[in-house]
Amino acid sequence: MITIQEIKKSLIVSVWFMLLTFPIMVIRVNTVEKIVEWRWENMFFIGISVFFLSFLWRYLMKRKELEKKPDIGTWEISILQEIVKKPKILICCSCCLVLFALLLPFIFSFYQTNIITNALIYVMLGLGLNIVVGLAGLLDLGYVAFYAVGAYSYALLNHHFGLGFWSVLPVAAFLSAFFGILLGFPVLRLRGDYLAIVTLGFGEIIRLILENWNEFSFGPSGIANIKRPGLFGIQMSLETSIIYIYYLMLLIVIFTIFVVNRLQNSRVGRAWIALREDEIACQAMGIDKTKTKLTAFALGATWAGMAGAIFAAKTTFINPASFTFLESAMILSIVVLGGMGSIIGVIIASFILILTPEYLRAFSDYRMLIFGATMVIMMVFRPQGIIPNVRRTYKFSKSRIEN
Amino acid sequence: MNIALEVKKMTMDFGGLRAIDNLDLDVKHGEIVALIGPNGAGKTTFFNCITGVYRPTRGDILIYPPDREQLRINGLKSNNVTEKGMARTFQNIRLFPNMTVLENVMIGRHCRTKSGVFSAIFRSRKTIHEENDIVEKSYNILEKIGIERFVNEFAKNLPYGVQRKLEIARALATDPFILLLDEPAAGMNPIEIKELDELIKKIRKQEKLSILLIEHHMSLVMNLSDRIFVMDYGRKIAQGTPDEIKSNKDVIKAYLGEDSDA
Amino acid sequence: MKIKKMEYFFELFLGGLTRGSIYALIALGYTMVYGIIELINFAHGEIYMIGSFTALIVASVLTLKGFNQISILILASLAAIIYSGAYGYTLEKIAYKPLRHAQRLSPLISAIGMSIFLQNYVLLAQTSDFLPFPNLIPEFEFWEPYSHIIGSPQLVIILVTIIIMVLLTILIKYTKIGKAMRATAQDKNMAMLVGVNINHVISITFIIGSVLAAVGGVLIASHIGMINFYIGFIAGIKAFTAAVLGGIGSIPGAVIGALILGWTESFATGYVSSDYEDVFAFALLVFILIFKPAGILGHSDAQKV
Ligand SMILES: Nc1ncnc2c1ncn2[C@@H]1O[C@H](COP(=O)(O)OP(=O)(O)OP(=O)(O)O)[C@@H](O)[C@H]1O
Ligand SMILES: [Mg+2]
Repeated sequence: MITIQEIKKSLIVSVWFMLLTFPIMVIRVNTVEKIVEWRWENMFFIGISVFFLSFLWRYLMKRKELEKKPDIGTWEISILQEIVKKPKILICCSCCLVLFALLLPFIFSFYQTNIITNALIYVMLGLGLNIVVGLAGLLDLGYVAFYAVGAYSYALLNHHFGLGFWSVLPVAAFLSAFFGILLGFPVLRLRGDYLAIVTLGFGEIIRLILENWNEFSFGPSGIANIKRPGLFGIQMSLETSIIYIYYLMLLIVIFTIFVVNRLQNSRVGRAWIALREDEIACQAMGIDKTKTKLTAFALGATWAGMAGAIFAAKTTFINPASFTFLESAMILSIVVLGGMGSIIGVIIASFILILTPEYLRAFSDYRMLIFGATMVIMMVFRPQGIIPNVRRTYKFSKSRIEN
Repeated sequence: MNIALEVKKMTMDFGGLRAIDNLDLDVKHGEIVALIGPNGAGKTTFFNCITGVYRPTRGDILIYPPDREQLRINGLKSNNVTEKGMARTFQNIRLFPNMTVLENVMIGRHCRTKSGVFSAIFRSRKTIHEENDIVEKSYNILEKIGIERFVNEFAKNLPYGVQRKLEIARALATDPFILLLDEPAAGMNPIEIKELDELIKKIRKQEKLSILLIEHHMSLVMNLSDRIFVMDYGRKIAQGTPDEIKSNKDVIKAYLGEDSDA
Repeated sequence: MKIKKMEYFFELFLGGLTRGSIYALIALGYTMVYGIIELINFAHGEIYMIGSFTALIVASVLTLKGFNQISILILASLAAIIYSGAYGYTLEKIAYKPLRHAQRLSPLISAIGMSIFLQNYVLLAQTSDFLPFPNLIPEFEFWEPYSHIIGSPQLVIILVTIIIMVLLTILIKYTKIGKAMRATAQDKNMAMLVGVNINHVISITFIIGSVLAAVGGVLIASHIGMINFYIGFIAGIKAFTAAVLGGIGSIPGAVIGALILGWTESFATGYVSSDYEDVFAFALLVFILIFKPAGILGHSDAQKV
């Protein structure tokens, strides 16, 4: 099956990579003590792994070529899609999941519950960005800016005026939406790749302002002692409040899923997808491009803003370091890995990407490396994500709608 | 018959290239008009100009919707043009590949419906009603075009001929009073072309709309059209009934090349 | 008093010119790649970063081995150029070539992924600290009398940039590969029909762009004296700003844009505030894209439908 030719090819690739990575992987100079460290074992390691990976790469490439002919889906996916399609199984599964989620704080420790809450925040962010990138096809690389707007809205309003979480949550959502529209108005007529860069620039501007405008944002040291969310003024211990925030987050995530799901198959949601698929045809079908994009952008921002307020309330401390470009990139890789437009995919991807580094400590150093590689590999081999979005189907009998 | 679309002295320049030169054209209500000409004559550019994809350099475009005032539509965005009742298809098919056939048609209903983000979330009775209406209307159009058996397929998986028909279905869903078809028969086999011929006639009759079509298949053009406009190098070189066009010297010259006087 | 002011102005002007030259070297890579495959090569800044790291590593090893300054300069630069070119080439083969017919956003996402990957690759294999970069550019003795106006490193940076611009112009205008590149940029299918090997042209474009970035990397690193794994990100965005400002796809545009950006930054930090150095660049980027997305020398075509 594996020919000499292929082995030769892989050998060449492997030697190429050994040479390519030589200075950076092998040599390390300690400029202070003036010692050169030669790490030859890295070269060996690269050689071996590239040799085998190149087989895998070629195999996957071949498979991709084959799959181009429609209707040769792989079976694992079709099973998942079948589940998604069959409402009965779906409802059953989601009931089990919800039950598990409800009992979770009693099964796991506080520490773990806290981590899961974190993951839930990313689910929310992922689903929000999914509206913008996955459904409407607008590559927003500054999503974290809206997250920051939400977080700082709550932190500052709480710090200066002592406002509580519940009264600020809608304010944070509104402010983020406002920023979304403010940015969206001028930039949404730009082409896709320019939009990406402008949003990236905007995200960085917001972060740099937060970092440097000490009088406003308290600079790099951030804001501490932010109040946790309250519940009718009941005093809560740290543990109870962790559990409380967990349930709160769960509720909000379920609400998010509900909203995104409804939007997806609505008139507006279809317009977003059409816009993603073909802007010119979409306009020719009578859809107002700017308005449609703006709705998606503002709605995505709203969600980021809410997530930001929750984040601030949960950690009780924020500073600009939480809102770097890498954060945007991480949320984006959640959407990319999960599958553009796919709710279930995004949920699974956030759990994978947030929990794996937490539980596999060895992983956590390599986390950003893996995110980066994931984005490339997904785009090359599986641009539709782990669980591709399923479109709703309709049944008709003698032109009567049954859904 | 009253005029439905009137284009007056339209010119379109791309940098130094004059793609359309002082062109006049009109379509009457209920009429099928063909726009023909050799490759690169500027036919598609003409469509793009009158549907707001490009902004013409000079000229006037007027439409006369049946139950409304006449309208000058120069400089309108293409979504507004569609909203005013002029819909089109594309020469190089531009469907929404990852949406189902039905959804493609449902997009066409967008500009005739209203519900927004909030009604989508709360899904009031009115919204549900509107949504059902969209589905029903779209399905009916699919039936009319004869592609309802593909209803839940992804558009990207359709055979070529069906994709062309879906483009027509999608345009029809916007309730146009004038329909612009850019080479609807391109890439179709003779049987499909025959079907298309009947389909276009049926559409005109049932929907009471005017059709302006660009086409290279002469038999289809001669068979369908009431009048024909011929373009070459951006200029109108002839207009008239199919019989007049068939015997027009300039037309023959344009198609066969300058030096074939024979 | 007045003289002081003039001198300060002149200092800022030269600082801007130096910065601008470096941005130009990086911006050319963006513009050339964009001109040919309409992709924002997001990982371009990382190539520049890898170039400076390679130079740093080679230079340090050679310093410890006792080589003299000139040979270190030459060898380190050569290493940086060769390795950057190789990275650029490999990057294209892995992350972009398989996506040539993919959906609009795919290559861009892949590029972002590659950028993150390369940053962390260097971070993990080397260090996250700032490393001191040896001053490779010598202080020329003959320039001593003028060095209060402009130091020799700055002079070298400006001169090298000018020489490279001239070479690049000649390459693109008069050589066969240059013609093939222009043909590909105009119309890929047409170029293919007349026998241009598109894959070859794209590879060469990536290599040239990467080499220019490497030169920029070595020059700026020895001028500033510090590098870390993150320098590529900021420099990349700034160079991209320059490319867009000048009109992406246009080579003279990239140079003009880079100089304008260099001066803007230099004067803004000199006269307004140095805290917001990067904000000026980003703000400029946002403003151009909003108000004149075609840039200074770019032209906006109506998209063919
Ligand atoms: N966006 C554009 N920019 C520059 N030139 C264009 C543009 N669109 C069309 N053209 C040019 O205008 C001329 C007319 O093109 P058009 O597509 O309208 O021809 P056509 O009559 O539709 O031809 P065909 O029968 O091949 O479809 C051609 O020379 C074409 O290259
Ligand atoms: Mg045409």
